[in-house]
Amino acid sequence: MAKLSFPVGPQHPALKEPENLRFTVDGELVVDADIRIGYVHRSIERSCSERNYVQDMYLCERVCGICSNAHTLCYAMTCEKLADIEVPERAQYIRMLMHEFERIHSHLLWLGVAGHEVGFETLFMYVWRDREIIQDILEMVSGNRGHYAMTTLGGVRYDITPEMADRIREGLKVLRQRAERYADIATTEATFLKRASGVGVASGEVCRSLGAAGPTARGSGVPFDIRTAFPYLKYHTVEWQVRTSELCDVLGRTLVRVLEVIDACDICLQALDIMPEGDIQARFPRKVPEGEAIARVEAQRGELIYYIRSDGSDVPARVKIRTPTLANLPVSLEMLRGGQIADIPIAFASIDPCFSCTDRMVVLDDAHTGEARQMTWPELVKLGRQR
Amino acid sequence: MQVVTPLFHVLVFPGFLFLVAFGLFVSWVDRKLIAKFQNRVGPPILQPFADLIKLLAKEDIIPEHADRAMFAVAPLIALAGVVASIIYIPLWAPVALKAFSGDLIVVVYLLTLPAFALFLGGWYSANPFATIGATRVLSQLFGYEVPFFLACLGPAIAAGSWSISEITRAQDNGLWLISAAPLSFAVAMIALIGKLERVPFDIPHAKTEIVTGPEVEYTGRRLAVWKLAFLSETIVGAALIAALFLGGPHMWGLPYQAMPAWLTAIVGMVVLAVKILLIVFFLSLAQAAMARIRIEQMVQWCLLWLGIPALINMGVIAFVIRQVGA
Repeated sequence: MAKLSFPVGPQHPALKEPENLRFTVDGELVVDADIRIGYVHRSIERSCSERNYVQDMYLCERVCGICSNAHTLCYAMTCEKLADIEVPERAQYIRMLMHEFERIHSHLLWLGVAGHEVGFETLFMYVWRDREIIQDILEMVSGNRGHYAMTTLGGVRYDITPEMADRIREGLKVLRQRAERYADIATTEATFLKRASGVGVASGEVCRSLGAAGPTARGSGVPFDIRTAFPYLKYHTVEWQVRTSELCDVLGRTLVRVLEVIDACDICLQALDIMPEGDIQARFPRKVPEGEAIARVEAQRGELIYYIRSDGSDVPARVKIRTPTLANLPVSLEMLRGGQIADIPIAFASIDPCFSCTDRMVVLDDAHTGEARQMTWPELVKLGRQR
Repeated sequence: MQVVTPLFHVLVFPGFLFLVAFGLFVSWVDRKLIAKFQNRVGPPILQPFADLIKLLAKEDIIPEHADRAMFAVAPLIALAGVVASIIYIPLWAPVALKAFSGDLIVVVYLLTLPAFALFLGGWYSANPFATIGATRVLSQLFGYEVPFFLACLGPAIAAGSWSISEITRAQDNGLWLISAAPLSFAVAMIALIGKLERVPFDIPHAKTEIVTGPEVEYTGRRLAVWKLAFLSETIVGAALIAALFLGGPHMWGLPYQAMPAWLTAIVGMVVLAVKILLIVFFLSLAQAAMARIRIEQMVQWCLLWLGIPALINMGVIAFVIRQVGA
């Protein structure tokens, strides 16, 4: 059979967001893979330097629908560094709780999608049913099931009452048991193993050299986690460990994620017990002193970096976001090459891709020399509104 | 009359209309069962019918670069093959509407037609997903077709006939041939999953990989014909297995001799329907419990774990008959 060009996306059932993967296939074998991003660019970074610090909070929350809390957390941490604000202890614990709640919901969501990608619909249905427990907790604490708007500059917006804490404990205990069950299914179900074991292989070395982040790297035995490498919030006060797997395949990444759900439950249960009483918000100034700052958090997909430069006004001069999916895309292509067509969805999904966070845009004046040009704000507005 | 009766058999009963009606019902049972297994509510009973009507009303598109004739004819061949094969399968009495020595081979051949038609339809769709799906249809065919045929030979040798009606009649004494060919029965059931392209063998369709494969360019009424062909194949395949291994319309303890002929026919139909539903229950359970495997895993596994047991069972039956006969 002749070599065939095989497109996946921008519209494809395996992708939840528009993106274009181009494969060259020989029969069922993938000979080459390439990716084209840029279908969901929303110029959020540029828009951030048109709004003040509080308004940017809302914008950053909407970078991603799944890791929205990680984005506001990272943004707030960067701003607090710039303004040199100390966040109250209790607020830091609540931030950590939200951070881990979000990790639980996101990893469970991913596990369900992974089941769907390999045609294991029952796993999808069961995992998403159990995910409702954490969704209810998130709704109880913040009032929202997504885009929680929990973080604010200098602290958090809502406190966790003792009654809430009890209900959280109850829910997390159930979830922990379910997560253990799913870890069991992932390692024993024969058809799932056939599709996950030895599929989408990327060695630890490849992950290091291509700069993979988060569970993608940890699934290949790279023990890198911002929560321990560059501690933030209150992670040093609770007992937990960085989960890694030496399997280097889809199964390894699955196990890392499921074990991280179990860990996240433990972290939350401990944090609820040792949380001190006190304020949940510090006062944040309207104008931020001149300077620049960087903050990094371990979002559920990997390392998330915010860079903000301030010119002393109430509007940031530059906000730069580096999302984990961008770090994981090069290694994902490595996983796809040499694999089979049947493995494309699950291998690509195993990095838990999120495209709307990843899309960046460069306007080229000259396509041959690669000379770039800055677009002005009115130009961007016009581009965004034209049909 | 000589023209009308066969036409009635093909188009109304037990052919097209009956197959469609019963097929839609079985499809509802199937969907409802899977929903229950997955902790969902599931569709109302008329949903498959509504889906069919909706498809029939949709726009019919033939891709510009597709081979128009092949594209249009493929789903009809599939449906025609399946509808024709029901005539040789006993539905209400141990004897089918039409029977001759060797109709087993004809039915197995007719049941292969949908796969070949699917291949042709996909191949001539001029779409990369359909092309890959079409090659998968053929690769998968090698995986399940040989074991399925070998499994059907088990009861044929045991009953000493190549006619489905003869084989079913041989089980009238209550001794179902599943007792003689348990391995063949298991093999036939699993091969049927491959034939119907259901999880874990829904590899040619694989919606997250190749977007329903060969059917990807089909829309409207042509897609509806594909759906009907596979619905009907579910019924015919299940009825064939019931006839070969489970005594067809026979059930222990029912006084068939004491009943008038019309009652025997109704009771026989109900018994067979229950058996078909049991087989569909097994199909649904398999679908709910497993993930889709890859094509090369499927072919390898099937030839090893279906082909060899079917051969062994056939050998044992042949050996025993030889000893008893001698």
